Amino acid sequence: MQIPEVSSKVQNNIQLMFIDKPIEADATTDIIYMMCPMHLLIIDQKTKELKVGQILAVLTDYDGALEDIPAWCIKTGNEFLGVYEAEDHYKFYVRKLIEKSCIYKET
Amino acid sequence: MKEIYMDHVATNPLHPEALEAMLPYFKEHFGNPLSLYEPGIKAREAIENARASTASLINAKANEIIFTSSGAESNNFALKGIAFANQNKGKHIIISKIEHHSILNSARFLEKSGFAVTYLPVDKYGVIDPAIVEKAITKETILISIIHASPEIGTIEPIAEIGKIARQKGIIFHTDAVASVGNIPVDIQPLNADLLSFAAHQFYGPKGAGALYLREGTRIVPLIYGGIQEGGRRAGTENVPAIVGMGKAAELAKRDLQKRINHVKSLRDKLISNALKVEKVYLTGHPEQRLPGHASFVVEYIEGEAMLLLLAGKGIYAASGSACSSKALKASPVLISIGTPAHLAQGSVVFTLSEGTTEEEINYFNEVFPQIINQLRKISPFAKGWGDMEDKTCTPRK
Repeated sequence: MQIPEVSSKVQNNIQLMFIDKPIEADATTDIIYMMCPMHLLIIDQKTKELKVGQILAVLTDYDGALEDIPAWCIKTGNEFLGVYEAEDHYKFYVRKLIEKSCIYKET
Repeated sequence: MKEIYMDHVATNPLHPEALEAMLPYFKEHFGNPLSLYEPGIKAREAIENARASTASLINAKANEIIFTSSGAESNNFALKGIAFANQNKGKHIIISKIEHHSILNSARFLEKSGFAVTYLPVDKYGVIDPAIVEKAITKETILISIIHASPEIGTIEPIAEIGKIARQKGIIFHTDAVASVGNIPVDIQPLNADLLSFAAHQFYGPKGAGALYLREGTRIVPLIYGGIQEGGRRAGTENVPAIVGMGKAAELAKRDLQKRINHVKSLRDKLISNALKVEKVYLTGHPEQRLPGHASFVVEYIEGEAMLLLLAGKGIYAASGSACSSKALKASPVLISIGTPAHLAQGSVVFTLSEGTTEEEINYFNEVFPQIINQLRKISPFAKGWGDMEDKTCTPRK
C-alpha cells in the first residue's frame, strides 16, 4: 500500500510509527471500506468497552486514519502503539490508558 | 362496484398501527437522529427500536440490519458492495435466471465492470437445484445470490441447502427475500445466508423502507458515501418515519404470521382449483412449495394485459407478471426460464392475496375470471389454434 501524503507536522511521527509485525490485541474492529469519520467514532466507542491497559486493533483502508488515529490518541490521552501495513489495509494499535476517553457526547 | 385488490406482491396498504407509530416522527419528533440534543436522541432511539424489531422478524442481531430505501437498493447494495469488497479474491458471481431485475441488472453492471456472472437455470417449477449451484462454483467465485421466493411464479427456493454449500466453500451468500419476509417464516440462522434483502411494504409497512441483513463481520463497500448513518455503510439522513413504520410492521408480521398464512393459503387453494377447471389454464411455479397467498397462471390464446383490463373493469386488480415485462409487452424471462413457450408466456397473470382478502371476494373472483377468459377467447385470433405463431422451439424443462 502506498503511503499517501500527509501534513508535514505529523509525517515524521507516522514514519516512526510503522511496525514490522502485528501486535496481539484484546479487541479488533474491522472498518475496512468505511470512510471518515467512522474510524474516529469506532475507536471512541470500542475503547469505551475495553479495560485500562487493554489494546484495540483498528483495521481500516482509510488513509486519513494515518493522521487522525495518532492525533486522537494525543487528544484523548491514550497510547498509540503503531500501525502495521497489511496487504490492502492498515492495522492500528491503541492502548487504553484512561477510563474516560470519549471526545463525543455520551448518549 | 366493489374493488378487490389481488396484487399484494406489488405492494400492500400501510397497517393502521404502523401509520399510528409513524405519525409523531413527521411532526413533534422531527429531529435528525445524529443531533446530540433531545429531539435527535428521540429520533435515534426510535430508529434503534425499529432496528431491533426488524432484526427480530428474521432472527438476526440488531447490529446486522442496515436500513435502506427499498428491496431494490438492498439488492444493489448486496451485489455491488460484496463484489467490490472481494474483487481481490476473485471476480466470479453466481445468480439464477429468475432473479428480480434489481439483481439481474446489478449483475449486468458488474459484468461491464470486469466481473464474470453465471446465470443458473431452473426446472419447470422454477426451482434451482443446489447441485447445479455447487457445480457452477469456481476458484474465482466470491458471491452467490439466489432469490428466496419468486414474486412472479411464487416458487420458494431451497435456500438453506444452497446456503450450506456456499458456507462449506467459504463463499459469501446473499438471498433476495423481498417477496418472502413477512409472508412466510424466514429465520436467517438455518438459511446460512450472509446477506438478505427485504422490504417493509411487503408486510404492511411503508414504501421507501427496506433493509439489508449483513452478517456480523462481513465486509461491504458502501453504495452511498457521506455521513456515519447506518455505521458508515449507508449515508444520508434517515427516513425516520418510514423506518419506524417498518419496525412496527415487522413486529406485527412476527406476531400474526401464522394467522396470515393460514388465511391466505386456504383462499389461494380455492382460487387455484377453480381457475384450473377452465380449459387450457396452467399454473406456473411450484404447486406446493410456493408463497401461501400466490396464484400465477398462463392462460392459452389470450394476453395477460387484456385479462387485467377486463378484470379491472370488474373491480379486480391483479398483475401480469414482472412490471418490466408488463410495460414492454415482452415475454417474461422468468416464464421463459421455466420452459414456458413464448406464445403461452404472453398469457401470464398473477393473483396475490393478503389477510384482508375475504372468502366473498374469492367467490366473486371465481365467478368472474372464467367469464373473462371465455369472453376474450371469443375474440382471440388464436382461439382456433396458434397456427404459425406457436413457439415449437421451446421444450419445457423437466
